[in-house]
Amino acid sequence: MPFIPHTENEINTMLESIGVKQIDDLFGEVPKALRAGELSNIPVGLSEMQMTQLMTERGAQDGRPLCFIGAGAYDHYVPAAVWQITTRGEFYTAYTPYQAEASQGTLQLIYEFQSMMTTLTGMDVSNASVYDGASSLAEAVLMSVRANRKSKSKRILVPRNVNPTYRSATHTLVKGQNIELVDIDYDKETGGISLDSLKAFEGEDFAAVVIQQPNFFGSLEDVDAITDWAHANNALVIGVVNPLAMSILKPAGLWGGAGADIACGDGQPLGAPLSSGGPYYGIMCCKKALVRQMPGRIVGRTVDEEGKEGFVLTLQAREQHIRRSKATSNICTNQGLVVTASTIHMSILGAAGLENAASQSHLNTASLVEKMCAIDGVEKMFDSVSFHETVIKLNKPAKAVVDAMTEANIIAGFDLSEAYPELGDAILVCATEQRTTKEIDQYVSALTKALGEV
Amino acid sequence: MLIFEHSKVGLHKKNDAQLTAIPASMRRGESAALPEVSELQAVRHYTRLSTKNFSIDTHFYPLGSCTMKYNPRVANSIALMPEFAARHPLAPEKFSQGFLSCMYELQEMLCEVTGMKGFSLAPMAGAQGEFAGIAMIRAYHDANGDHERREILVPDAAHGTNPATATMCGYTVKEIPTLADGDVNIEALAAAIGPQTAGLMLTNPSTLGVFERQIQKIAKMIHEAGGLLYYDGANLNAILGKIRPGDMGFDVIHSNLHKTFATPHGGGGPGSGAIGVSERLIPFMPIAGVIKDKESFRWANKSDYAHSIGHLSAFFGNPGVLIRAYVYMRLLGREGMTRVSEFSTLNANYMMAEMKKAGFEAAIPDRFASHEFIITLKKQAKELHVTAMDFAKRLLDLGYHAPTTYFPLLVPECLLIEPTETESKEDLDGFIKAMVQIQQEAENDTQLVTTAPHTMPVKRLDEVRAARQLDLSWTVTQTTG
Repeated sequence: MPFIPHTENEINTMLESIGVKQIDDLFGEVPKALRAGELSNIPVGLSEMQMTQLMTERGAQDGRPLCFIGAGAYDHYVPAAVWQITTRGEFYTAYTPYQAEASQGTLQLIYEFQSMMTTLTGMDVSNASVYDGASSLAEAVLMSVRANRKSKSKRILVPRNVNPTYRSATHTLVKGQNIELVDIDYDKETGGISLDSLKAFEGEDFAAVVIQQPNFFGSLEDVDAITDWAHANNALVIGVVNPLAMSILKPAGLWGGAGADIACGDGQPLGAPLSSGGPYYGIMCCKKALVRQMPGRIVGRTVDEEGKEGFVLTLQAREQHIRRSKATSNICTNQGLVVTASTIHMSILGAAGLENAASQSHLNTASLVEKMCAIDGVEKMFDSVSFHETVIKLNKPAKAVVDAMTEANIIAGFDLSEAYPELGDAILVCATEQRTTKEIDQYVSALTKALGEV
Repeated sequence: MLIFEHSKVGLHKKNDAQLTAIPASMRRGESAALPEVSELQAVRHYTRLSTKNFSIDTHFYPLGSCTMKYNPRVANSIALMPEFAARHPLAPEKFSQGFLSCMYELQEMLCEVTGMKGFSLAPMAGAQGEFAGIAMIRAYHDANGDHERREILVPDAAHGTNPATATMCGYTVKEIPTLADGDVNIEALAAAIGPQTAGLMLTNPSTLGVFERQIQKIAKMIHEAGGLLYYDGANLNAILGKIRPGDMGFDVIHSNLHKTFATPHGGGGPGSGAIGVSERLIPFMPIAGVIKDKESFRWANKSDYAHSIGHLSAFFGNPGVLIRAYVYMRLLGREGMTRVSEFSTLNANYMMAEMKKAGFEAAIPDRFASHEFIITLKKQAKELHVTAMDFAKRLLDLGYHAPTTYFPLLVPECLLIEPTETESKEDLDGFIKAMVQIQQEAENDTQLVTTAPHTMPVKRLDEVRAARQLDLSWTVTQTTG
């Protein structure tokens, strides 16, 4: 019996102690009509060896295509030590550190994580993470409505160049509380948010303005100007940031005169494998004044009875297990294991390692874009500065081109036609630090071929 | 010592990448103050930190309501195979048939074992599964033009996430009292049901560790009033393969895959709160799901779920967790599902019987336990001034992670004990022996218990100071100043 350690003798002793004849008697309170029959749609059990063989086959079906797509999840290198340490049983199989004395490992690690996120984003405080980038934006929106004392509005200005799935998920997660996400259009030339597009909202009441840096098109926003404009209009600023980009870009806490009020985003670029979309984690940082409006777990440093340094979950009065229907969020767990990996990842790479990965990704994408644009009928969509993603306009149907490129075992990029039909045939491409010159050249020749055939 | 305190400025070298394309005004001035340590220093630091944790792999961890069972290692190896770990979420379906087939089969197996008609793997945690479920109930009523249903009923024994979720979905919450025998107070429920009722959230077996015997009647009452029934799957381990929520009349359920299906708790996540629905809620399911067309698999689109509540995450929930759950279910197979509930129930009832014999007071002594049970230490608190928290802390000294303390809120000085099916009789006996020892210590050497733990890396921590003098991150000034 896999994973069940009972012998017949033990079972009998236990039943005798309880005073029943068989295990089934323990279910005697359940109405007979509710007893399940055979679960015929579940296959019979496999041995570990059979399972490994099956999954090796399943994996082989998908292969290892060359990845030139980002759109919110990035193919960065993760040192081998990161997941080897992370999957030590003591991290892997512990739970939320409710018993602080027996959880100092996880608690100290989260405190170190919070410290790393605050220095990276330039914000005052960080929590222990939420689920992912999309949910971090939703939680930031809820938080801004609770926290903005100058505005009673439940309207949030959200540029259309913010990740479209983040916007959609945020809508799902906040609409129950009658919060309205108001679209702001991006500038057709640059793909960015211009003060012109914000002018229409001047003098209106809204709780916050969202800025994604870099935006979904991969371009850098004029974060200083937008932040100052938002603050002048009594709105809070929510920065959706790529944490790896933060290692080389102006951190959210320094945007404009006063800095962003909340920084959120996806922690995936800091040590999480792509893994089909998760588990990643959501970044949640804010100014100190807003800390009591923060959702999720927060770890604080304190002392024990003998004055020795230690770590505990703190400010728990905000949370669902205490506040129930009046909690700041229903969120219960964080993404502990991925946070563990990310903390180890940042420790091994340090600021220099992150900056190297960020700048090499920036340069690789620039090189890819330059080589792509040398092909007839291929050009950059926007006049803007990219971090490590760029929108490319094609003179052939984008979907067909992406399909054709799969023949060369290449994921060519993210087809923008569904989310942004106004852009026509356009794809969002990304070459991280892992893409070699040879692979970039492979891409360019595959694209040339595909454009000829489609 | 913090990792930052091992840091030496100048250890790491930056490459000389030219970032001239990025205007200086957009760039960072000073580098982030991350630690500069060698790889060995980092490895040693975090390996040492890990040893300060209790975990399933190192200790019996009977944390009630959390199902801390063995997490098979092979599930982790498979999830980290490069074909799964390096797969991009937006990879074309051509590069995704292996992955999608696993996800499709996981949906199908979850439907079968819970008796539901559709399953979505999108929610990233139990609480998000709850959110999705209640959002679907709201969308369902809205689609029927039934806008007056503004209230969700929640038993007072429920997890805190239940009322918090209902609030997030824009509902008001009405609590329903529980009887001393653990069942819902049916009269109070009948009085609370009305045209304003959107639904009822129920955990069965409940957080009190007993099966709700009136479930069929409750389902009928809610349905006749036009409401829907939500199943909190926190305790699914207790009935897996033996009793199916769908057969009990539930319209929507969430299953914590990190509990019932043995994916790691990871120090507090990631979880997965997959949700199952009855036929009438299928059009409202979140994005995305996996659909089988003849022999190939594809992502569901808007036309598959006409009234979808939408996205819950940036991509598709937590697939790394889903792969692990899939591996676990295939290893157990249909016969293994039933064994889970049988042996988790056997273990809990055995522990309860032995602890009663040892003089401990069970909160609900005259009924069978589900996969967990509650001991109340109110007598010890009153007579010896030794609380449930003291017992919990002393257990750590004796090598056992504490059970859940002070939950459910209804039972004073309680320990909620959930052994799970993967613990041996020997380990259960060891825990009981430790409890008996603590009881003796409480009687003879009270202070030993009330000042525990004594053998952990730290003693009891000052939580008041932590909340009042907030120290939430390390800064350079802390070492220099």
